[in-house]
Amino acid sequence: MTVPVQPSSSAGPEKTVDFNIIRERGPHAVFCGLTSIIWLHRKIQDAFFLVVGSRTCAHLMQSAAGVMIFAEPRFGTALIEERDLAGLADANEELDRVVARLLERRPDIRMLFLVGSCPSEVIKLDLERAASRLSQQHMPQVRVLNYTGSGIETTFTQGEDTCLAALVPELPRETDADPASLLVVGSLADIVEDQFTRLFAEMGIHDVRYLPARRSDQLPAVGPNTRYILAQPFLNEAARALEGLGATRLSAPFPLGVEGTTGWLRAAADAFGVDPALFDKVTAPGIERARRGLSHIAEELKGKRIFLFPDSQLEIPLARFLHREAGMELVEVGTPYLHRQHLAEELAMLPKDTCLSEGQHLDKQLDRCREAHPDVVVCGLGLANPLEAEGMTTKWSIELVFTPIQGYDQAADLAELFARPLMRRAKLRV
Amino acid sequence: MQLTVWTYEGPPHVGAMRVATGMERLHYVLHAPQGDTYADLLFTMIERRNQRPPVTYTTFQARDLGQDTAELFRHTAIEAYERFKPQALLVGSSCTAELIQDDPGGLSQTLGLPVPAIPLELPSYSRKENWGASETFYQLVRSLAGNAEARPADEAGSRRPRCNLLGPTALGFRHRDDIQEITQLLGSLGIDVHVTAPMGSTPADIARLGEADFNVVLYPEIAQTAAKWLERTFKQPYTRVIPIGVGATREFIQEVAGIAQVDPGPALENAQSRLPWYSRSVDSNYLTGKRVFIFGDATHAVAAARVATEEFGFKVVGLGTYSREFAREVREAAKLYDVTPLITDDYLEVEAQVAELQPELVLGTQMERHISKRLGVGCAVISAPVHVQDFPARYAPQMGFGGANVLFDTWVHPLMMGLEEHLLGMFREDFEFHAEAAPSHLGGTGTTERRVAAAPAEVQPEAVTTDAVPEPAQDGEPVWSADAEKELRKIPFFVRGKARRNTERFAKEKGLHEISIDTLYDAKAHFGR
Repeated sequence: MTVPVQPSSSAGPEKTVDFNIIRERGPHAVFCGLTSIIWLHRKIQDAFFLVVGSRTCAHLMQSAAGVMIFAEPRFGTALIEERDLAGLADANEELDRVVARLLERRPDIRMLFLVGSCPSEVIKLDLERAASRLSQQHMPQVRVLNYTGSGIETTFTQGEDTCLAALVPELPRETDADPASLLVVGSLADIVEDQFTRLFAEMGIHDVRYLPARRSDQLPAVGPNTRYILAQPFLNEAARALEGLGATRLSAPFPLGVEGTTGWLRAAADAFGVDPALFDKVTAPGIERARRGLSHIAEELKGKRIFLFPDSQLEIPLARFLHREAGMELVEVGTPYLHRQHLAEELAMLPKDTCLSEGQHLDKQLDRCREAHPDVVVCGLGLANPLEAEGMTTKWSIELVFTPIQGYDQAADLAELFARPLMRRAKLRV
Repeated sequence: MQLTVWTYEGPPHVGAMRVATGMERLHYVLHAPQGDTYADLLFTMIERRNQRPPVTYTTFQARDLGQDTAELFRHTAIEAYERFKPQALLVGSSCTAELIQDDPGGLSQTLGLPVPAIPLELPSYSRKENWGASETFYQLVRSLAGNAEARPADEAGSRRPRCNLLGPTALGFRHRDDIQEITQLLGSLGIDVHVTAPMGSTPADIARLGEADFNVVLYPEIAQTAAKWLERTFKQPYTRVIPIGVGATREFIQEVAGIAQVDPGPALENAQSRLPWYSRSVDSNYLTGKRVFIFGDATHAVAAARVATEEFGFKVVGLGTYSREFAREVREAAKLYDVTPLITDDYLEVEAQVAELQPELVLGTQMERHISKRLGVGCAVISAPVHVQDFPARYAPQMGFGGANVLFDTWVHPLMMGLEEHLLGMFREDFEFHAEAAPSHLGGTGTTERRVAAAPAEVQPEAVTTDAVPEPAQDGEPVWSADAEKELRKIPFFVRGKARRNTERFAKEKGLHEISIDTLYDAKAHFGR
């Protein structure tokens, strides 16, 4: 199974022609982009996320995160009230007042994101201008940025995409004269980031930068000699913004499982002229460990049929990993959005008869799922318990965004996430 | 705009969902943007329900806004009816749909469905969750319960008295077990429960509400409006006493027995609550006068204040609610305890008040847990909003005699146990049991989070050090001498904040610029504990 992955430069729609893609419109059960705040507030430790929206937005945030008890919350909502809608209050003055109160209470905040929501967008509140005005007021203490996390514009992980895209203009700039650097884009668990840094260093790539950085004063510099590689499949806008600054994308599969991680590392190694022999030497221990770890779990998953509901855009790389490295059969692979260029390497590795779906009509998709009765269903928490009660085994998908799953040493953990519900079902006797 | 760190209630359409999800054979079509389906998780995860809520969302996106979102709504509603075949349909908007003004109510009248479609007008930018639940329940009852003429000929006298239980919904704090407790209690009085609603009822059951002799309102925030309408329409009296705590449960029995004309004696004699004895046993002596701050919905806050005072011997130092619709009830109750009522839905105001009052125990909501963690105070939950841990597997009512047992265990648990509290007052420098350590029965071995005995605005946390430096004087504020500061640290943390405040107040009143050890003890003598 050590198929060397050839990065293809001519990746395009024609590569996916043979796929049967179901495109449906209708009711869909997905999160909006605001949910990305749940992990971004931990990743960027000195940032605060202020949603400008309704009570629904505030309620979403606390229903998701409120089970943790925060002595110091790191997100909040500027609630739009009737006065704001009736034009009785100047929305910008109101926002300034709210931000001033917040910063007074939390002098440790260095970066403030004004996050747009459905209500703020429907009433066309210009948060971009508000952010630049507030930045001028509160610099150099606090930088104020803006992005959208609204449901009408973004689905779940796309909130991270719009957030990173808003960060890009803030990055320090480099010129042609600066040496080439590698920029890894997308939130990764701290431990995974450290593992990748070590692997790159062993290959002789010492200047590796990460976006987002762990603190707002450590933002990576970007210039024409920046080679960026996506660690996550949902970073469409951020990629475009980086290219606007002259950075070049390294085409690669995503670092899930042995193949994905090797292909991903190889794309960077090739770009930096790492000697293939050295590459093999550096990656060999990781590959061997990952295979050993996977061998325990693959037995559990081999031949099992899996159905993935759309959620985070991680579905296609996950399906590729589960099929090729854990021997699972793919019943249907749903994704909220399919970025053909970023996923070209992944699609090339999927079996040609894979049933893909983009978008959702929830009830029709549930009908298909019930009819197929797969061994494992990957779905959101709104569906998981109801499907369990119908006798299906589910893996709730949000966990895949909250767990270290990338890299060699997490390959077995990733497989285990899917095996665990099956093992549990077999264990329970009541 | 209002800066909201935590919100005590969701938007009103979540209240409507709680009614719909509590019921059966009812479906709710909600005009809402993509992402508002997060609310399903409240029911499938927090309440752990094993079915999807009966809600179909239109989930429009930006690209739909340029087109006909009204048509999208019509199409979704018809599809939902065809698929689920409910006995009745609720239709309404979420906050974003309210802005695009498609009028789901008007549209639903043109769908030509063979079942009632009940339009909900829920103003998202001025009203909240409980109001939404109350309004939805009221509209359902009005639309479905018919009128007095439809009531069958009264056969009272030939059967046991019967009542409806009104108010329990999906996602209600302990509603599941309160229903069981109160149903049993009524049964012991010889009273049958006719319909429990919304929880567990169908639209057809709602149509039968008028057949009961009277109504028991368990949760006024949700059922009072409907109960008043039923009273006007069917002459059904409804109960006013909320049976939380031993005393209130006894009063509730008297009230119900009076309405149903049955003998309350046997039910009162069989009162099986352990709370009175637990509270009278000497182990509870140290609970006397513990200073408690109470916040929640009006019903639970008022009930808790009475229980805390009369049944635990605590001292209520703060009482408040986020239920503006029931502010009057809370103001009345606050008079009984001689405290200033706090009527607010602003979490930051509640936080400031808790910091100001320095209670030893907070009885509140999930949100007060955040405040208590910050301030290092014990906390127990008495009211929604709550999270997954407050939908327990075990039987855990708040109401009736069984509920009183649960209250006793829950409220005492976060407090430092008596012996440990005594020893801390005696010996403060133990390497394991020291003033900054969490109560040992809570399993923590290390120290708790920093204990900030200061207002949130104050940036400097109390340094946990023995060589304290006096804080710089702020205009006219008395300064602590190093000795006095050291002495203050010898006071156990749960009363230290209060001691600090009292001493500073005393020094200001006396016009002192520096607080010495003597000032600290003078203040103690002046104020008492």
